[in-house]
Amino acid sequence: MFPPIPNASVAPGAERPRFGEKDVMRRSASEVTPPAQRQTEVAKLIDVTKCIGCKACQAACLEWNNLHEEVGFNHGVYDNPMDLTPDTFTLMRFSEWDNPDTGNLEWLIRKDGCMHCEDPGCLKACPSPGAIVQYSNGIVDFIHENCIGCGYCIKGCPFNIPRISKVDHTAYKCTLCSDRVAVGQGPACQKACPTQAIVFGTKDEMKDWADFRIKDLKSRGFDKAGLYDPPGVGGTHVMYVLHHADKPHIYAGLPDNPRISPLVQAWKGVTKYVGLAMMGVAAAAGFLHYAVSGPNKVTEEDEENAEKLAGGSPPPPPPENRRSPS
Amino acid sequence: MRASDKAPAGAGAAVPDDVEPGDAVQIGSPVQVSRYTAAARVNHWITAVSLVLLALSGLALFHPSLFFLTGLFGGGQWTRAIHPWIGVVLFFSFAGLFLRFWKANLPAREDGVWMARISDVLSGHEERLPEIGKYNAGQKFVFWSMSALILVLITSGVVIWDQYFSVFTSIEQKRIAVLIHAAAAVFAICVWIVHVYAAIWVKGTIGAMTRGRVTGGWAWRHHRKWLRELVGSPRRAPSNDPRTITK
Ligand code: HEM
Ligand code: SF4
Ligand code: SF4
Ligand code: SF4
Repeated sequence: MFPPIPNASVAPGAERPRFGEKDVMRRSASEVTPPAQRQTEVAKLIDVTKCIGCKACQAACLEWNNLHEEVGFNHGVYDNPMDLTPDTFTLMRFSEWDNPDTGNLEWLIRKDGCMHCEDPGCLKACPSPGAIVQYSNGIVDFIHENCIGCGYCIKGCPFNIPRISKVDHTAYKCTLCSDRVAVGQGPACQKACPTQAIVFGTKDEMKDWADFRIKDLKSRGFDKAGLYDPPGVGGTHVMYVLHHADKPHIYAGLPDNPRISPLVQAWKGVTKYVGLAMMGVAAAAGFLHYAVSGPNKVTEEDEENAEKLAGGSPPPPPPENRRSPS
Repeated sequence: MRASDKAPAGAGAAVPDDVEPGDAVQIGSPVQVSRYTAAARVNHWITAVSLVLLALSGLALFHPSLFFLTGLFGGGQWTRAIHPWIGVVLFFSFAGLFLRFWKANLPAREDGVWMARISDVLSGHEERLPEIGKYNAGQKFVFWSMSALILVLITSGVVIWDQYFSVFTSIEQKRIAVLIHAAAAVFAICVWIVHVYAAIWVKGTIGAMTRGRVTGGWAWRHHRKWLRELVGSPRRAPSNDPRTITK
């Protein structure tokens, strides 16, 4: 068993957050100088092979974050609600998978939610300064007072995680319980898990623990068991132990090879520079042309010709004879 | 071919494509030429104001260095919420302009020569250019490219208008739409810069959209074919000024 995180200290001063503004490593739509010293990276490890689908974590998340999900409908499946929402930061997704090698029907239960990517697409896409921050311990957090509700983070995220509230028009997702972690607690979902399918600690500890679990699984015939810590997004601070790590997609569409979409890279990269340059060049060309050619003025002669034409007197030269004098 | 390419129409003949309702010559010194009706000018300025507001609110989200522009709209949330609605105003307003002006912007034979002599255009050597109808090829370019870009902008804009339309498209489609929207916006702003610059550079143009009139000399210099058409087939104006020639 992974040693449980002790309860919070009640000693005076223990409530002081252990990370905050000074540990911001990345800030949306802003340049920040990363803190000189990076905090120890934390991670949540979700061992899909130990999950019994009780949804204690889902309930604990609602409770801790004071979220009130609408009472929905039973669609004849265990997923409830059917998708992440602004009030459901984490969702148990149930898949039935016919294992072609063994002929067994496997019930795969994955706790979906923000992966806290090392290279967060949401943050890169966000146009609003400081609406998304990444702390040096790896937690990616949304700062609601800076959020404008544009939904760009949804387009940036490779895991389809953020959701915009119809109430306050800001984006919501799992915070990795940054408020709890800041005072030395584990996330609420981790604390509620009865089987230790969710464990929390430093990223290194979690990798070691995952190794131990994977060896155990392999010894029991799951030879493709492995850790999901996708390199395409620089690794994540929420990781999965999967029994079939060679095909993540069978777990309710977990991306096999997640990375920030090239469309998003183009939109947030080359489009910005080329776009600003084009507009700048167009404006500069105007100034330059005016400086070189001067204004294009109507002459006295033009007015006289128009008067003659309109007055019907001496007809102005017909178009054929009006070629350049050269 | 088309009416505008035919020989100057005599009285009673078909009105050339580039002569619009309200276009008229008023004899005097200088000669005055009515170019835009009051309705066309109001329509134009609604379009212009919405386009500028769209460019400012859009650019605020386009690049972090321009985010301060959200201040003009009451903050980020307001900017995000209001931009698409201004887009709707722009779309319908521009549609009005399109219906008014499309005929006069159909291609004409002299457009090719005008474009081939673009350096004479830029150096202000009007005397080396063919006689031009109500719009020259550059103005037609602005008209058609804006028409196309606004169509692209409203289509892609609705796809990324998450507040009301997020359920109708996939995230991948939204990624494509936002990329197209940003690129089309850049082109639209460049075309707008060209348009505004031309109006500033060619003196006497802005009056066409403020007072609705230009001087005869302006029309003679820049749109002589149009001026000849207006003079060549006079009809009595609805106005009670007996000196007005109108179409
Ligand atoms: C015609 C209807 C239009 C609609 C429905 C529309 C809609 C949108 C929407 C929904 C967004 C996302 C941000 C937000 O929710 O406010 C957006 C962004 C933007 N829009 Fe529009 N828009 C329209 C026209 C225009 C026009 C005419 C321009 C420029 C001249 C423009 C420039 C931009 C820019 C630069 C962005 C930011 C793109 C980025 O972040 O890269 N839009 N538009
Ligand atoms: S919705 Fe909020 S967090 Fe998401 S990209 Fe827009 S401003 Fe950033
Ligand atoms: S999973 Fe999505 S929302 Fe979470 S950090 Fe990664 S990109 Fe952002
Ligand atoms: S870490 Fe906290 S916010 Fe995230 S799913 Fe668990 S309980 Fe919810």
